[in-house]
Amino acid sequence: MKSRIAFRGARLLDPASGLDVKGGLLVENGRIADVGPRLFNDAEPNDPEVIDARGLVLAPGLVDACVHTGEPGAEHRETLASASDAAAAGGVTTMAVMPSTHPVIDEPSLVDFLLRRAAATAKVRVAPVAALTKGLRGEAMTEIGLLREAGAVAFSDAERTIANARVLRRALDYAATFDALVMAHAEEPELTAGASATESEFATRLGLPAAPAIAEAMIVARDIALVELTGARYHFAQISTRAALDLIVAAKARGLPITCGVAAHHLALNELDVGSYYTFRKVKPPLRSEADRAAMAEGVASGAIDVIVSAHQPQGADTKRQPFAVAAAGTVGLETLLPVVLSLHHNGADLMTVLKAVTAAPARLLGLSGGTLAKGAPADLVLFDPGEPFLVEAEALHSRARNTAFEGRRFQGRAKMTFVGGECVFGRKSQ
Amino acid sequence: MTSPHPLPILKSSHLLGIEGLSPDEVTALLDLAESYVGQSRAADKKTALLKGRTLINLFFEASTRTQSSFELAGKRLGADVMNMAVKTSSVSKGETLIDTATTLNAMRPDMLVVRHENAGAAELLSRKLTCSVINAGDGAHEHPTQALLDALTIRRRLGGFENRIVAICGDILHSRVARSNLRLLAMMGARVRLVAPRTLLPADADRFGVEVCTDMREGLKDADIVMMLRLQLERMGGAFIPSSREYFRFYGLDREKLAYARPGALVMHPGPMNRGVEIASDIADDVEVSLIAEQVEMGVAARMAVLDALSRGWA
Repeated sequence: MKSRIAFRGARLLDPASGLDVKGGLLVENGRIADVGPRLFNDAEPNDPEVIDARGLVLAPGLVDACVHTGEPGAEHRETLASASDAAAAGGVTTMAVMPSTHPVIDEPSLVDFLLRRAAATAKVRVAPVAALTKGLRGEAMTEIGLLREAGAVAFSDAERTIANARVLRRALDYAATFDALVMAHAEEPELTAGASATESEFATRLGLPAAPAIAEAMIVARDIALVELTGARYHFAQISTRAALDLIVAAKARGLPITCGVAAHHLALNELDVGSYYTFRKVKPPLRSEADRAAMAEGVASGAIDVIVSAHQPQGADTKRQPFAVAAAGTVGLETLLPVVLSLHHNGADLMTVLKAVTAAPARLLGLSGGTLAKGAPADLVLFDPGEPFLVEAEALHSRARNTAFEGRRFQGRAKMTFVGGECVFGRKSQ
Repeated sequence: MTSPHPLPILKSSHLLGIEGLSPDEVTALLDLAESYVGQSRAADKKTALLKGRTLINLFFEASTRTQSSFELAGKRLGADVMNMAVKTSSVSKGETLIDTATTLNAMRPDMLVVRHENAGAAELLSRKLTCSVINAGDGAHEHPTQALLDALTIRRRLGGFENRIVAICGDILHSRVARSNLRLLAMMGARVRLVAPRTLLPADADRFGVEVCTDMREGLKDADIVMMLRLQLERMGGAFIPSSREYFRFYGLDREKLAYARPGALVMHPGPMNRGVEIASDIADDVEVSLIAEQVEMGVAARMAVLDALSRGWA
């Protein structure tokens, strides 16, 4: 039998309903049984385990809509289990895992495999994203209907842009038939081939192969036109430039079913952070100018950007200890997602708005039942002190891969306790 | 069966499509076809109505049933029938087609039955030839005799079209059968539904006065007739449809999906069938629900009626 847990005196923050009040929350049988300002005010709850949450925020567990693991195929970098350790430590209770594994998740049986592996080994919930085209080759669409039935929550070619507009058009037509969500990566493939940085004075000084930032907006413009034609639900998994955001804002204003996300590192870092060829800060799309970074932060604060993701991408010494141009892209991010989100708040953004981008918004996007403190919702919760200062140390990370772009960075606020389905999956001793 | 001065039926001297026919013309053709059903079932199936006339089958695309159906229809009316063998590969563009037409015209045929992979080919020939041209399928445009034989089959079973629900399911995008059928059935008062994934629906399909559904259960609801279309194998590699197993799961006609139609609903298919892709074998073979064999029989009668009707316009 699942335990009863009572939280007392917490600052309840529920971006799904806009609730921001001091109060209590009761977990029963893995679900939120009761919540509200008067709960446990007078009477001490009788039998359940009581957690004194005074001075802490109790919010829905984070839903990370873009996580890469190494399972199947690169388990030496990250497994579902090790990624879930990192997720739990980061307050992330649901990971949407990307299909760019070996083999590619483009078959219903592979979605089934992922869900079974996750159930057997992972501490947090795993929501599989299936490939949009077979083998991520951008040529032939996958079995979207059968993959959805198997449990895929969205369809994506991960960090590949489908170059062929005819293929994408048909895939979107087909996806729309099933009301399936398509998650896209926006980088003009020919223009960005071989590039490892954004074209700029800085990249020129470093002598890095670089591509212009407009490579992103070009694809965003094309894809918006195809969404207008097909009516498919379309999500740009991670945008990084103002030009792309402006196009998306205009498309949303026309009523198109378009949403967008941004990676935490594009909110916290700019191209100059590459410093002297620091490969842990090589990401895809590459870090952008300070103006674009600031535009992303503004976009989150204004609500124009729907979702913030970690884009967690485990890499090993073999792939990162290379000259910058040939090093693999990506940073781990599950444990720094909440700290980056809170840093936006510390810089002036509304706490509810920024939290929504990692809870209610991604849950709704992916059609998941979490991301809320509503009565009856799964008890996926994170407890944190938004003011707690800490230093990111790669050695202290819980993921198997430690390639963090935030090594040595100071943040305020991180997960103290994490609950999935009412079970505590992570707890941090106060320092 | 044929009076000395038969009444004219068609205004045009060609049958290029259902588009352009009036409901009265369709009704008259179906009535005439009805009489040829009896003739085809008699021991002596042949009359001399078209004695001395020449019918040429000109098929640029391979066909078994349509070509043989026209051949039988012509022969049962006493015409001389010639099948022109055309290599699809050597004949390509308009100019060659017109050259072919000129050559054929010089042979003085009375009727030319033409099938071509390009829309508008039959119409192009009709402008260059002095004989009657019958479109036996031009690209994804029309296949009027298929629609007539389907209508004949439906009318014999249901007594009419008014307010009957006909669900046309499958590859509507590439189908001339669907285009001719929806024109004819809508014109005759039936409620037509097109059911397909969006990749196989043509643009603005809803502008044809039909309902459009992407879900089989919704599309088949209360249908009197479920008309399945053939899905070309080359469409299943991921360009239009991810796989045949996914297609069958969501758009293949099986007992479970058929249960959404009206009890006693009948199933049609223009053939040739892909069993286990668009239709389950047990349904195709179930004589209680499948009209597939009957469609083939009605095909000969409907084509005899078309040949008869066109001949009435000749001097």
